[in-house]
Amino acid sequence: MHMATTLTVNGETKSFDAPPDMPLLWVLRDILGMTGTKFGCGIAQCGACTVHVDGKAVRSCVLSVSAVANRAITTIEHIGSTPAGAKVQKAWLEAEVVQCGYCQSGQIMSAAALLASTPNPDDSDIDAAMAGNICRCGTYVRIREAIKHAANGQS
Amino acid sequence: MNAHHNVSRRTLLTGGVATGFLLAFHLPLRAAPNEPVQPPDVTDGKFAPNAFIRIDADGATTLVMPQVEMGQGIYTAVSMILAEELDADWSQVKLLHAPANEKLYGNPIFIIQATGGSTSVRAFWKPLREAGASARAMLVQAAAAQWQVEPASCTTSKGQVTHKASGRTLSYGALAAAASGQTPPKNVPLKDPKDFVYIGQPFKRLDTPDKVNGKAVYGIDAIVPGMKFATLAQCPVFGGKVGKVDDREARKIPGVRQIVVLDDLVAVVGDHMWAAKKGLDALEIEWNEGPNAKINSKAVWDDLRAASAKDGVVAQSTGDIGKGLAVGEKFEASFELPFLAHATMEPLNATVHCKPDSCEIWTGTQIMARVQSEAAKAAGLPVEKVTVNQHLLGGGFGRKLEPDMVVAAVRIAKQVDGPVKVVWTREEDIQHDVYRPVYRDTIAASLSGGKIVGWKYKITGAAIIARWLPPAFQKGIDIDAIDSATDVPYEIPNVHVEYVRAEPPAIPTGFWRGVGPNNNVFAVESFMDELARKAGKDPVEFRRGMLANSPRFLSVLNLAAEKAGWGQPLPARVGRGVCLQPSFGSCIATVVEAEVDEQGEIKLRRATSVVDTGIAVNPDTIVAQVEGGLIFGLTAALYGEITIDKGRVQQSNFHDYRMLRINQTPKIEVHVVKSGEAPGGIGETGTTAGPPALRNAIYAATGVALRRLPIDRKLLAAGKKA
Repeated sequence: MHMATTLTVNGETKSFDAPPDMPLLWVLRDILGMTGTKFGCGIAQCGACTVHVDGKAVRSCVLSVSAVANRAITTIEHIGSTPAGAKVQKAWLEAEVVQCGYCQSGQIMSAAALLASTPNPDDSDIDAAMAGNICRCGTYVRIREAIKHAANGQS
Repeated sequence: MNAHHNVSRRTLLTGGVATGFLLAFHLPLRAAPNEPVQPPDVTDGKFAPNAFIRIDADGATTLVMPQVEMGQGIYTAVSMILAEELDADWSQVKLLHAPANEKLYGNPIFIIQATGGSTSVRAFWKPLREAGASARAMLVQAAAAQWQVEPASCTTSKGQVTHKASGRTLSYGALAAAASGQTPPKNVPLKDPKDFVYIGQPFKRLDTPDKVNGKAVYGIDAIVPGMKFATLAQCPVFGGKVGKVDDREARKIPGVRQIVVLDDLVAVVGDHMWAAKKGLDALEIEWNEGPNAKINSKAVWDDLRAASAKDGVVAQSTGDIGKGLAVGEKFEASFELPFLAHATMEPLNATVHCKPDSCEIWTGTQIMARVQSEAAKAAGLPVEKVTVNQHLLGGGFGRKLEPDMVVAAVRIAKQVDGPVKVVWTREEDIQHDVYRPVYRDTIAASLSGGKIVGWKYKITGAAIIARWLPPAFQKGIDIDAIDSATDVPYEIPNVHVEYVRAEPPAIPTGFWRGVGPNNNVFAVESFMDELARKAGKDPVEFRRGMLANSPRFLSVLNLAAEKAGWGQPLPARVGRGVCLQPSFGSCIATVVEAEVDEQGEIKLRRATSVVDTGIAVNPDTIVAQVEGGLIFGLTAALYGEITIDKGRVQQSNFHDYRMLRINQTPKIEVHVVKSGEAPGGIGETGTTAGPPALRNAIYAATGVALRRLPIDRKLLAAGKKA
């Protein structure tokens, strides 16, 4: 039932055997050893597993690997090489957003997708893009501030 | 080399830090016995004057972290304290997790190696400063000997010793070998706080750069060559056992390698988590649910209410409560708090490799040495055969002050050939937590002349300390359960505080961010607002009237009122609520502004906290901790409740155990007051402040006096009155 699968992750071609229904999250973490993408809930409620597929933020815990073959997958390990991702990472450190950090891979992926599509987001844009990402440490105030800061740096 | 490790464990135990929780621990506990100490790491060729500092010949300065990093920024604060007295070069600082070693790295407040209770800076402030100062003195001695000058004529800065008179300088790296031969000084002097160069500056955290690029390694990210992956199901009824397991379908799932059946849990081991999870879903498990299958929330609350009618053990008695309550007008109320799960973002996990004669563990825990000893028991091995590799924690909040997840993983790993990573699903994590206990507080108070004359307060709830730190459970009093109840900041002539121990049936209870003060600050500060209204006074004015002799509390209250715009007009159904608390050795005043709509739904508009936490080691971290703590507490007030039916937890994931999200987050302002007092705790202060301040804001907005959490929206719909 395992199938030879090929994915493009962070610009590299990865080939491996996996069941077609296996969520991308577990492929990344348990087969490819890329642990920056996190498991939080398994039901697309918390956003810790957010990655980009063709530049859009998606929850990898409910996205089967068979659905993303031949599409460009970007993870937290590589987001710094995109202009929006680099700005977000920089703003995150400047605002000292991070506490435990476990949700922040997902937060940064959601924020980078937002800025790539909406360079100057207002509060409601930020709410819409970021409300799917839970932070148990409660860093939301600084996330909002950092996104605005990153956006200003971009314009 | 490590002879000086106990740079003052004992002095610390009798040291001057205050507040109930801390002070209480000083009495019953002793320092660890004087046994030989094993070096915790390879110190060859390094200057390793104590358990916390290593300096290489090239100047690299490695600081060993006695407290674990779970988001609170403690790695940076500990490093700042050590580097301050050492006069280290900050750019050369590297960090190392401490190993499991109670004698070297035990928390001076708990004695055991534990990170919790907002104690890290309070507990380690003095020993870390002494460790840094002692190492610095040895480096100076080495330089002075080489130059044949008086040590007192040398100065230090940024990893260098300088003899100004002769213009000579040596780096710490160059002095490392010679300093190793120096005798550590006795009674080393510490810096005058006015000379601090690191402490008090808003330093960037050392752990955050790797947390924005996916490189940070949490326990769940451990990769051990050849490891398999497992997930588990424990009996959904507390205390239940495994009956029959039909694994025929599970074994057909590709990637499933093994089914482990223990008396109370079943685990599926596979090539990856997906195989393990699908395998688990395909199992037919019959559970022997046992007697606890009859437990439900109603029975828990009936029991707790019955227990709270009994007399308790007296925890505080000031003045004459009988006379105090006979004066003026008397008012009574009771407050109730629910079970809560921790829901750390990183689900429970541990990676374990059990061999016949050893056991190695990769995890993130708040209690390294206890995890090591409990794992040893589970593995049937001597403690020294168990190695615990500490990782960053994706949230702790008290959940990882328990070893149960590691014990379960070891029991599973014993059945597996090779290393296995055991990961809890979110559902398993929430349904097999060690819950914040239910509490009920009853209060009777008398008012005369606009002030409280008598205050009788009774806490009823579980004694977590009795299980977790038995030597600290003395005379029937749980010092955590009474924390912030016996040190209420207000001047009240007659005070009587009682504690009734009431353990819920079968449901495991433990520490949850904010610990005992969560309960007491909510009840005390909620009732304070009701009394203010009875006295016909503004809530801030009412509190001020009882703080004449408490300048730190008065000052944070006044500043919070000013910053929050207290008294300025608000629209209908919008209110401001205040909370003043003495918790964790800090003084904090908080104002929450909230709006209640016609249906009773709540919008958080604004939160303002003013904290006097003594000397602020890293002020930006303090602000961040209060911001996040407020969100944590407000989340619980708005949504947090674990309910029980048929002996099992009814919530399972974030859809029914909800979290506050960014679109619901208010503006938050935190002001840190300059203070020369000894540092207080900070990580839990926002959590305890949020719920009562919000509750009082709702009281102001609607007139409804909520007595229970989470907030029941039905009571708040337009037209309802308390």
